[in-house]
Amino acid sequence: MTLEELHRKVTDFLTSYDPATTDRVDFLRARFDAGLAWVSYPEGYGGLGLPQALQPEVDRLFAEAGAPSNRPETNGIGLGMAAPTILSYGTTKQKDRFLRPLWTGEEIWCQLFSEPGAGSDLANVATRAVRDGDEWVVNGQKVWTSGAHNARFAILVARTDPDQPKHFGLTYFLCDMTDPGVDIRPLRQITAEAEFNEVFLTDVRIPDSQRLGAVGEGWKVANATLNNERVSIGRSAERESGMVGVVAQTWREHPEQHTPELHDRLLKLWVEAEVFRITGARLRQKLAQGQPGPEGSAMKLTFARTSQQLSGLELEILGEDGLRYSDWTMVRPDHVDFTGRDAGYRYLRAKGNSIEGGTSEILRNVVAERVLGLPGEHRVDKDIPWKEIPR
Amino acid sequence: MSGDLDLLPTEVEEDLRTTVRDLLTDRCDPTVVTGVYDGERAIVDDLWKALSVELGLAGLLVPEERGGHGASAREAAVVLRELGRTTAPVPFLTSAVIATTVLLDSDAELLTELAEGARTAALVVPWSTDPDGAICAIRNQGGLSGSVTSVAGALEADVLLVPVESAGGLEIHAVAATDAVIAPVVSLDMTRQLADITFEGATGTLVLADAEAAVRNALRTGAGLLASEQAGLAQWCLEETVAYLKVRRQFGRIVGGFQALKHRLADLYSSVESASAAAQYAAAALAEGDADIPVAVAVAQSYCSDLAVLAAEEAIQLHGGIGMTWEHPAHLYLKRAKSDQIALGTPGIHRAALAPLIDLTP
Repeated sequence: MTLEELHRKVTDFLTSYDPATTDRVDFLRARFDAGLAWVSYPEGYGGLGLPQALQPEVDRLFAEAGAPSNRPETNGIGLGMAAPTILSYGTTKQKDRFLRPLWTGEEIWCQLFSEPGAGSDLANVATRAVRDGDEWVVNGQKVWTSGAHNARFAILVARTDPDQPKHFGLTYFLCDMTDPGVDIRPLRQITAEAEFNEVFLTDVRIPDSQRLGAVGEGWKVANATLNNERVSIGRSAERESGMVGVVAQTWREHPEQHTPELHDRLLKLWVEAEVFRITGARLRQKLAQGQPGPEGSAMKLTFARTSQQLSGLELEILGEDGLRYSDWTMVRPDHVDFTGRDAGYRYLRAKGNSIEGGTSEILRNVVAERVLGLPGEHRVDKDIPWKEIPR
Repeated sequence: MSGDLDLLPTEVEEDLRTTVRDLLTDRCDPTVVTGVYDGERAIVDDLWKALSVELGLAGLLVPEERGGHGASAREAAVVLRELGRTTAPVPFLTSAVIATTVLLDSDAELLTELAEGARTAALVVPWSTDPDGAICAIRNQGGLSGSVTSVAGALEADVLLVPVESAGGLEIHAVAATDAVIAPVVSLDMTRQLADITFEGATGTLVLADAEAAVRNALRTGAGLLASEQAGLAQWCLEETVAYLKVRRQFGRIVGGFQALKHRLADLYSSVESASAAAQYAAAALAEGDADIPVAVAVAQSYCSDLAVLAAEEAIQLHGGIGMTWEHPAHLYLKRAKSDQIALGTPGIHRAALAPLIDLTP
């Protein structure tokens, strides 16, 4: 399909469904059915099998026409992680059931992966799923679940065979968050808000039809999800987008606070952020040509470092105002914006950037081993049954 | 700012890279390059002839109607990446990029001679001169008289492009190298050896009047493309260090398996990839004559200058003792990287130039 044909398809769609008069959800469902939701997805699943590079153009056309948004910022886990994994590993029934309401935002998703004893070592998941006829019975505790309190479904990794080595006894499920055995408790963070949750699972029943991939294949499926997580970070292509733009603006608004030392640091970080932007643009061009670049993990390292340094610098630029914090009241945001709220919040929230989605230390191992081909870490727990690992 | 600049190599650029790399593998042996520190400079002429005449690289930036290839900064960047990977002691950047760019607006026949590789030129300014910096012009009173120190590419040049004061502004005069006193300088980087030049009543040919913009453009182009040399240099340092740490054993282990070293290399990889992208963006902007050139060049120089030094320093440290020897080529890269950091403006000077362009004033 040429760009021109795609333009015409969008125009035709907007003629049939006037954004001004069509019900929001009806509009989004129709957009999905027309293949104009995520155009790189296959026909029938919200797409047209087009290159991902055409998506921004489609989104722009819809935005310009005043079309309702599916509010992607409220369903990051669903759109960025659950959807591509369901597309890759789901049965036809699962794809038919889950993808449309996921994209329209009618069903928000969360991720039940991390546990108190399975952070960087995710394959150490201890939540148990035991088969009972056509169902699985799940017990365990998950943590760092963003948006659990708004979510209708979760992607879940649980241990189905403790006698296997840790990577082989896991299975991937799609879990209904309205099950009575799901207990969600807010997890308050250093910012005072509770963006994340602890989720306790007690005899939660999941039909076998909501298993994604084969029994014991959970690690492979989870890795597909996590690879999407790393790619989905840092999409923006505009200069001064993200933290650097906020801090640059703070600098411009506070000439009375300028010192040569702060100016030096700001310029260095501005350059780093701009180089990060260019590196991201090059990575996107590679991906558009179908050459997956290994830079994704490396880029997240840079993203975390520059965000932390920039947000720390901003408090110093603010001087006396940097001593204040907007509000320590516990709130539960429906989405997270690293550049939102005030400078104090941004500084504290940025500390998570080098921990969430793979710590910077783990990512350095990933880069060193998978990209540079250096020897792996010693793994004492890899080849023994999971239940025999000391804990 | 242009979001659409193509940052990936074209097929033609890939072919050019292979051609240059093959030639350098054959004819730019690190042991021979090290010889320039002991005064054995035969490789300089031989290699430059091979690159400029045999491969025709001297004419990359010259339009076809003036005897060149009508290529762009993108192709020059490909060449410089490879020259950086080998610290090749050739005047490509000084003659085929900077001096050539000065002459693009001149109708002098010299441009064609440079394009053909028949002659080699150098712009007579200190190698540390940044694109917005002071240009020390020579006085012209019945002949040129004065001196300029630390000029790069002059030892390889047979013609000097001399900035000359005149009532109408800056002029460029072409002076035969034999009409100037060119004193070689013992340089930190002998693979790009500097010279102090003195004119004692020399007469040259006026090749460009009102030349300040052309000189600044040439220096800016040089600075933007120097970033590719620096990225290539850093890439070599990373690859060589990774390769060594995969075979070096201590404590009964491959030392590249120690996490303290893996993490340093992962960080270096991340920065080298970034440098490569920044250099490519500058080259692409220069090739397109994009409005973003001043920002792109300042960003690339600010980033790549420091990164190349870091890469060379990490290469020395992570090689351990062997990295500190004359025998191992790592020192060639450290000396080139440190010299390149100062060349055409330090990173700090480029950031100072950047500040008003992005509305971040002191």
